[in-house]
Amino acid sequence: MALLSKKDANLILDPLADNNPITIQVLGICSALAITAELKASAVMAISVMFVLGAGNVVISLMRNIIPSKIRIIVQLIVVAALVIIVDQVLKAYQYELSKTLAVFVGLIITNCIIMGRFEAFALANGPWRSFLDGIGNSLGYGIILIIVGFFRELLGSGTLFGIPVLGDPIEKTGLYATGYENNGFMIIPPAALIVVGIIIWVQRSRNPALIEEN
Amino acid sequence: MAIDTEKNSYTVIFAAVMVVVVGSLLAIVASVLRPNIQENERYEKQQNILYAMGVHENGDDKGSVHFIPTDRVEGEFKKYIKKQLVIEGSETTTDENAYLINIKKQLAAKKKGQPYKLPVFIGEKEGKKFYILPMYGKGLWDAIWGFVAVDETMTVQGVVFDHKGETPGLGANIKMRYFMDDFSGETILKGDRYAGISVIKGNNDPLNKTKDDNEIDALAGATITGNGVTAMIKETVNLYKPYLETIRVK
Repeated sequence: MALLSKKDANLILDPLADNNPITIQVLGICSALAITAELKASAVMAISVMFVLGAGNVVISLMRNIIPSKIRIIVQLIVVAALVIIVDQVLKAYQYELSKTLAVFVGLIITNCIIMGRFEAFALANGPWRSFLDGIGNSLGYGIILIIVGFFRELLGSGTLFGIPVLGDPIEKTGLYATGYENNGFMIIPPAALIVVGIIIWVQRSRNPALIEEN
Repeated sequence: MAIDTEKNSYTVIFAAVMVVVVGSLLAIVASVLRPNIQENERYEKQQNILYAMGVHENGDDKGSVHFIPTDRVEGEFKKYIKKQLVIEGSETTTDENAYLINIKKQLAAKKKGQPYKLPVFIGEKEGKKFYILPMYGKGLWDAIWGFVAVDETMTVQGVVFDHKGETPGLGANIKMRYFMDDFSGETILKGDRYAGISVIKGNNDPLNKTKDDNEIDALAGATITGNGVTAMIKETVNLYKPYLETIRVK
């Protein structure tokens, strides 16, 4: 017996490729640009968004029949903000070091359009279990792109991965740097993320022409 | 019974109930956790002050920052910090809890022209004296702060920075060792002038071998945060200038 029915499994698998939140739905671009200069920050953001989107989707889905449609956006915003603040406070009290690492992500998560986007597009119309799967699937799809972009930006921009030098020392000119290679400073600044995401979108659409929109 | 969620009265009642429920939930969480959070913040300040004077558990590698663990920090703080001064106008007093003074509030009071207090922590390690000053300023998105330790010759012995919301991977790296370590050995004096230390792009000294140029190599992609650090150090040095003059060995 499969753990998930085929329909449910698709909720997780679709956003990984053909319905990716960043490259296809174009949600969550802002944070993908902002924090992908380093692989570590990308990974932390991906995991945080998974928690918030999974839990938030369930809460919104449970409330979906009682939320007045006129103020639903504000209700969604309050739910996600309250959720993030409570988690932040609990971490501050019991896991202070971790909370300091995550503190800068709090604001980015609350205003992340991928979260509001999935609440609005999915959780308001589906049950809690399916909404949970949708949240996990979309945050995985989001996380994969973040990590790919973070990988290239950190490697080409700083010559490190997770802060560990992999190409040699740029100042002492060892390793690859001995051949005259230089770090590309452009990769560190946010526009570089736009280009890397653009390349991912290009590759993805050329491999699967069905994704190309008719004009 | 199905509820008519389109009715205006329902919308208003829903909004009111939601505000009350979420508001009280957040208030309860905040007040229950408050003592723990304050305790953590107190330890953090002690860790930072000790870090600035070089009391930490960093290894030889240029890797991440290792503070004195929280279960020992209170004891170490008592051991190394010999004196805590509070400067208020022309008066200087000692206060064992000077490290709890909120610099942000003091600077705000100064701006309004009200009396304000400036703490100084005097540490001693292996016979050497460290004068540790708190700093507070703004980065790109939010507050940045830290401590700087100087000796009698106005040479920086160590710094520690932290921030509230600088961009991860860019401005947030002011709290990394490869940035903070560069400050050690730099002087805050230029001749007889209290010049501070500037974070400079392209100063042709990425290894920071020149220690008397009042300059530190900037972080790529973090110009505004770097400028914030420069401004913060300058302000602190100017603020403490009268006190520093009294301890300076010429």
